[in-house]
Amino acid sequence: MSWEQFLLMRHELLLILAAVVVLVAEIATGEDKNGINHTAIWLMASITVVGFLPAPVGKLFGGMYVVDSLRLAMKNTLNIGLLIVFLQSARWLNSKENQGRVSEFYLLLLASVIGVNYLISSGNFLMFYLSLELTTIPVAALAAYEQYKSRSAEAGIKLILSSAFSSGILLFGLSIIYGVTGSLDFSLAVFAGAGSLGIVGFIFFFSGLAFKISIVPFHLWTADVYEGAPTNISAYLSVVSKGAAVFILILTFFSFFRELQDVWQGVIFATAIITMTVGNLFAIRQKNLKRFLAFSSIAQAGFIFLGVIGGSELGMAATVYFVLIYVFSNLAAFGVVNIVAVNSGKESMEDYNGLYRTNPRLSLVMMLALFSLAGIPPVAGFFGKFFLFTAAAEGGFYALLIIAVLNAIISLYYYLLVVKAMFINKSENPISGFTSDFYTRLSLVICVLGMIGIGFIGEIYDYLQSISFGL
Amino acid sequence: MDLLTLHIVVPVLTLIGIAFARNLQQTRTIAAIGMGIQLLQSVNLVFAFLAERRGGNTAEVVFAKSIVWFESLNIRYDIGVDGISVAMILLTSVVIFTGVFASWETKDLYKEFFISLILLAAGVFGFFISLDLFLMFLFFELAVIPMYLLIGIWGSGKKEYAAMKLTLMLMAGSALLVVGILGLYFNSAPGGGQYTFNIIELSKVVFPIELQRFLFPFIFIGFGVIGALFPFHTWSPDGHSSAPTAVSMLHAGVLMKLGGYGCLKVAIYLLPEAANELAWIFLLATGISVIYGALGTIAQKDLKYINAYSSVSHCGLVLFAILMLNKTASNGAVLQMISHGLMTALFFALIGMIYARTKTRIITEMSGILKVMPFLSVCYVIAGLASLGLPGLSGFVAEMTIFVGAFQHQDVFHRVLTIIAVSSIVVTAVYILRVVGMILMGPVKEETYSAFSDATWYEKVATVALIIGIAGIGMAPLWLSDMILNSLDPIISAITGI
Repeated sequence: MSWEQFLLMRHELLLILAAVVVLVAEIATGEDKNGINHTAIWLMASITVVGFLPAPVGKLFGGMYVVDSLRLAMKNTLNIGLLIVFLQSARWLNSKENQGRVSEFYLLLLASVIGVNYLISSGNFLMFYLSLELTTIPVAALAAYEQYKSRSAEAGIKLILSSAFSSGILLFGLSIIYGVTGSLDFSLAVFAGAGSLGIVGFIFFFSGLAFKISIVPFHLWTADVYEGAPTNISAYLSVVSKGAAVFILILTFFSFFRELQDVWQGVIFATAIITMTVGNLFAIRQKNLKRFLAFSSIAQAGFIFLGVIGGSELGMAATVYFVLIYVFSNLAAFGVVNIVAVNSGKESMEDYNGLYRTNPRLSLVMMLALFSLAGIPPVAGFFGKFFLFTAAAEGGFYALLIIAVLNAIISLYYYLLVVKAMFINKSENPISGFTSDFYTRLSLVICVLGMIGIGFIGEIYDYLQSISFGL
Repeated sequence: MDLLTLHIVVPVLTLIGIAFARNLQQTRTIAAIGMGIQLLQSVNLVFAFLAERRGGNTAEVVFAKSIVWFESLNIRYDIGVDGISVAMILLTSVVIFTGVFASWETKDLYKEFFISLILLAAGVFGFFISLDLFLMFLFFELAVIPMYLLIGIWGSGKKEYAAMKLTLMLMAGSALLVVGILGLYFNSAPGGGQYTFNIIELSKVVFPIELQRFLFPFIFIGFGVIGALFPFHTWSPDGHSSAPTAVSMLHAGVLMKLGGYGCLKVAIYLLPEAANELAWIFLLATGISVIYGALGTIAQKDLKYINAYSSVSHCGLVLFAILMLNKTASNGAVLQMISHGLMTALFFALIGMIYARTKTRIITEMSGILKVMPFLSVCYVIAGLASLGLPGLSGFVAEMTIFVGAFQHQDVFHRVLTIIAVSSIVVTAVYILRVVGMILMGPVKEETYSAFSDATWYEKVATVALIIGIAGIGMAPLWLSDMILNSLDPIISAITGI
């Protein structure tokens, strides 16, 4: 093995380097930690950009680590997500309560995203499990970041307990799978003759992963954690962490578990319907915007399964494409919620009444984000959702498709409720106008460009489809 | 840039212009100029189209253009027009042009108002030029969603309820469309090869009858919802009566026509066998729309509700005619779409103008308006006469053609339905004359009425432009119906060619 081969791990190595730099910066700086914000943000920005440069593909460590064009695209997608989260956090980290602890925030998130990158590249269940833990544990610490709020501590403990529990289930599943197939390598599974024990193992594995994606009925931690955790961490959980779990789910389903296709199609069919419906129905009742976005992101996970179920190339491309769009749309929504909360301390839907009259630009961004989540043209969410529907129709899952389009209408209803609050409702005491900081504005501009651009640039989708694979 | 793409580019440029406007005066001037240019280029399009046809171009669609968009899914920016779309584009530009003048005095959030209004129109223009179902669907949704804000922010009465109901019902229609469109797409290459969303290519595919039976209801109802198909029409009275004037005009005048247009050019054209089999079910539903809408008007006291129910009836007639599945009736359907579009836009514009003065739309509270506002009242009478089908105005041409076409069916079922539908004309006459009698005639009861001014210049522009259209079609319908007739050939041969 030569040194050049290490370049295959370019994303991970750069992120580790960034983490070291932040650590050194922490030691080197004195009382004023504001410089760390700039350092971390611009480091992450460069890493994200470098990620898009052409890179070699191949395998390392006997197939433990795999990198190909599709995985690179997935990593880049999620790195963009992290960059946006960083941009949105700077203002909040500058507040009095958090000032002494800036570098922890960046270090832990970088650690988590290193886990995300390794997770996507894992070619073996050992590697998979290791990186999955690395993805989750730092976020649990971060969920409890606002120590002075009991809510935040509660969120942290809920997240760590539920993820420990899900890891246990997942490990149990993996041990059964190893027992029946004799392999942990993604490319070597032989389920033939494994019988029902293989299926049991798969179900445990799926349940463990379903916790991370917050699929109903494994979603119960989601709303509480999103509400209690700092907004940026909720954003990270709902986009990067969930996106990574979706990616690895589709990668393993299409490779290791391909022989169990009939089984997982049934499982996906049922959970997709329940997840969409429950997520949507609960979202209608939410008054707190963070809880609202939590249930909306549960429902979105149900929609994502439409792309997985067919097991086709189109489905994989549609899924990655949707997650890419979802990164921009959901982070735009979280970004607005965050900056409003930082400036006014308000995060319930009633507080947003009349927001358009005082903060027109933020309201417009929020509206675009919600339309994108609802799948309304001309924003990219329309294309993302339509292609997911296309993937389901390709596999002939018309019943699922019909339920999904009906769910899309329900989701439109509650997204419109927020639009209504901002644009139509009048308020005696609206959130007063404020100017956002440079980084937040930059992040929202990136999100808006992404939401408008990705749909119209057909080449992005075409590229994703060209690097995708089906069963 | 080609003639058709310009129909989207001009509204978009107008939107950008409005975004930079500084005050109401600039905003409405930019809107008026932009939509004026749009009207001129639509007229130009009509002449260009007629010239193409005279020049011997018999292609199904002209000015066609195709740009690859999503290559791997074979989604294209496919545009092109036939006689029907050209006529609809002209109608749309007349209505949006007059709509701008009808909302001249918008005060609150005026920029946002004009932006939403023109965005809606841009969606409609895009819909009519699309040949690719994906593109068509995109524009369809784009036309629906601004309605939510337009009604919710600038509407009156139960506006929030009406806006939500309208948006959700129309979007539910579009959700059904998704299923239908994807069903067509994945069966578009029975012999292998690439799937397509292109309507012209899809029309050459023979879909198996089981599939047609499955997909036809999705597409027909999907479009039917926006065409006020019974029992999915309930958004219409609430929506129209709560919407601000220009929005009612555009919505009843143009947006509801997307339904008829889609039913004709997608549902029936692409799935003719199922259309033949299932037409009777939907004929019953549309027959109910026609009669129920007409009777509904009599029970209403609010001018906007009256007109909204009358729109249900008239748009029901459009779908009714389309389902007769013959050339004459379909021609009548398209004529009716245009006639009703102009007429109802005029009605809503006038109602808005009257309301701005009297501050009430309840017919029993008004009387003697003819004495204080002669110009507006005369316009109202003209609109009413067009609505009840007086010869010489557009309504007569359209309804006559429809019923002649409908009567070509020899069997009892169609005959009975036709007779029932014809009777709606009588009901229409009753409510029109009742309203005219109550609000226009009689003595001026209220003293405040004497202070009312007659139409201002911008109101005159709006009403006169629409009346010219109504009278023009009434007097000289042949150029229009010729243009429509030869575009109906492919659809009719699809139906009869089975």
